[in-house]
Amino acid sequence: MKVNMVTSRERILKAVKANQPNFVSFADINIPQSTEDLPNKFALALRNVGGNFVELDHLQEVENYINENFKQGGRVLSSIPELLKFNGLDVIDTDPHSLANVELAVLRADIAVAENGACWLPEVNTLQRVLPFIAQHLILLVSIKAFVPTMHQAYEIIGRDAYGYGVFIAGPSKTADIEQSLVLGAHGPRSMTVCLVNEWAT
Amino acid sequence: MKDHSELSAIFNADEQRVNWHDETLWWIRQKRDKAVKTLPEWELLRENASQIKQHTLSNLSAYLEQFEAKALANGVKVHWAANAAEHNEIVLSILKRNGINRMVKSKSMLTEECHLNTFLENNGIEVIDSDLGERIVQLAKEPPSHIVLPCIHKKKEEIGELFHEHLGTPVGEADPQVLTEAARQDLRNVFLTRRAALTGVNFAVAETGEMVICTNEGNADMGAHLADVHIASMGIEKLVPQRRHLGVFLRLLARSATGQPITTYSSHLRTPRSGQQMHIILVDNGRSQQLGRESFRNSLKCIRCGACMNTCPVYRKSGGHSYQYTISGPIGSILAPNLDMKKHADLPFASTLCGSCTNVCPVKIDIHNQLYQWRQELVSAGYVDAKKKWGMKAMSFLFAHPSLFSWAGKVGRRLMTAAPYLFNNKLNPWYNQREMPSAAKQSFREWYKQRAKNES
Repeated sequence: MKVNMVTSRERILKAVKANQPNFVSFADINIPQSTEDLPNKFALALRNVGGNFVELDHLQEVENYINENFKQGGRVLSSIPELLKFNGLDVIDTDPHSLANVELAVLRADIAVAENGACWLPEVNTLQRVLPFIAQHLILLVSIKAFVPTMHQAYEIIGRDAYGYGVFIAGPSKTADIEQSLVLGAHGPRSMTVCLVNEWAT
Repeated sequence: MKDHSELSAIFNADEQRVNWHDETLWWIRQKRDKAVKTLPEWELLRENASQIKQHTLSNLSAYLEQFEAKALANGVKVHWAANAAEHNEIVLSILKRNGINRMVKSKSMLTEECHLNTFLENNGIEVIDSDLGERIVQLAKEPPSHIVLPCIHKKKEEIGELFHEHLGTPVGEADPQVLTEAARQDLRNVFLTRRAALTGVNFAVAETGEMVICTNEGNADMGAHLADVHIASMGIEKLVPQRRHLGVFLRLLARSATGQPITTYSSHLRTPRSGQQMHIILVDNGRSQQLGRESFRNSLKCIRCGACMNTCPVYRKSGGHSYQYTISGPIGSILAPNLDMKKHADLPFASTLCGSCTNVCPVKIDIHNQLYQWRQELVSAGYVDAKKKWGMKAMSFLFAHPSLFSWAGKVGRRLMTAAPYLFNNKLNPWYNQREMPSAAKQSFREWYKQRAKNES
């Protein structure tokens, strides 16, 4: 038996090697991008994909913003230590199913991409991987240093970061599968707000 | 078995519906154009993406080994499947080993290609598709008709009926908002109760062993991050060399697919979360063979955006189901004959060769050229209807004999004028859905000769 045991791995690799064309290299492109007015460009792109954009001066104003814009009494979790009232650090090691009743997640995004309204969250910013998806609403806080023009610059910053998980999020969860009618809140958050916190030394 | 043109004729019987289908897809094509025009560097991105894929294919065996080594080091279990049957067996064995008989699945055209759902159901495993469009066609017991928009062929009233039957929405309820909310509630419960989740893969990075999954709904993440076992199925052509190359592809993918600047979620999964099992199945199923077909290997660059379908005049007016292959439209018509030339011999002919697909392809696959190439191969391999073959032979004989051509033209013009009923009848397939033109009084050559005479 053993003599003829060629694994699929060997078979596939052998076939690929035999059939792949001659080696060709390629040159990476470098497209110069304007870095002007990035927060406004970002806000426009985000609104176009159904997200909200607000500017606050201090972290202290975040709590007021939440009180004014979200229903009271719901479960709110945040990964930002300064937001004491919503501290969610103790959910990091719990069963992710226990997050099913989260009304609002308030998380930090490291990068905000002006061309498409996408925000980058590495795993450490999420408390739990499922949190930015399972929460009914999502707020992402960014500092002024987070803005980049395009995805190319975003990946330059991400570099070789050894995250276990990371996600770009652009707007609320959505679908247009029924006759191309856009509906917000497919499986994930029904709303997504990016808060630029002007005086935030992160 | 009916072929593409016979199934298209059935689809075309309902004229209003065809027009609706046509216009909906064209609207998406227009959204794509609008998104593309905002980027002056669009052509540069396409060219670069095409070159990155060309390079990756030229070094694919090494990149596959690099990806495997990195994924293993990341704590991911890597499986290799030579064909669909082996892929399905691997999924089943993972589920059995974990004592799981219910699974939630996000969009994966590869699992459609492998007919995984049917296989698992026959083995006592319940599978629920979580992408809304896929859930709808699953409830309707149909395959997806489009790789990005699985139920683009369905009217909201039909979806309302399905939801009334399966999800208990009120009779006659057809509001997309209400129907989506019903599916959200139903599927949330599914996400929270399934211990295994299967997802597709949009891109995999050789350098880091990570995979990227793009959705708008967030369903892949809901499934994967709640499940004890995450299985990701990917074709071996999904690799890119380095993480930064994702920047190029993520800029192209959603703009080409739906006109969005990026999908809502672009998730990068490198390691399993603590306590979770993560499996990646690398599937060949004909891809290494296609890599060896010089004329068609470019088709392996495809990133499954669906732009070629949305723009295709034949797809828009015949519907995805008429192709009888998981991936319909122009790109599917290149991929399908690789797997089964005889069964899919009709598909490369389901094209006008207008080249619109090639123009919109974000990775610059020369789609219409490959369709034309397939026609040559299929005819010489004897897989084409004898009528078509003899028709072509007769035409080529005619074109090769100018005096015969000129005589036939003259006879044809006279007959069309004198006896139009010879042409305007059901025996002439051109007469279906068309008015025949009135015959010209003279041929171009006659007109040209006369003009030269008049001027001299």
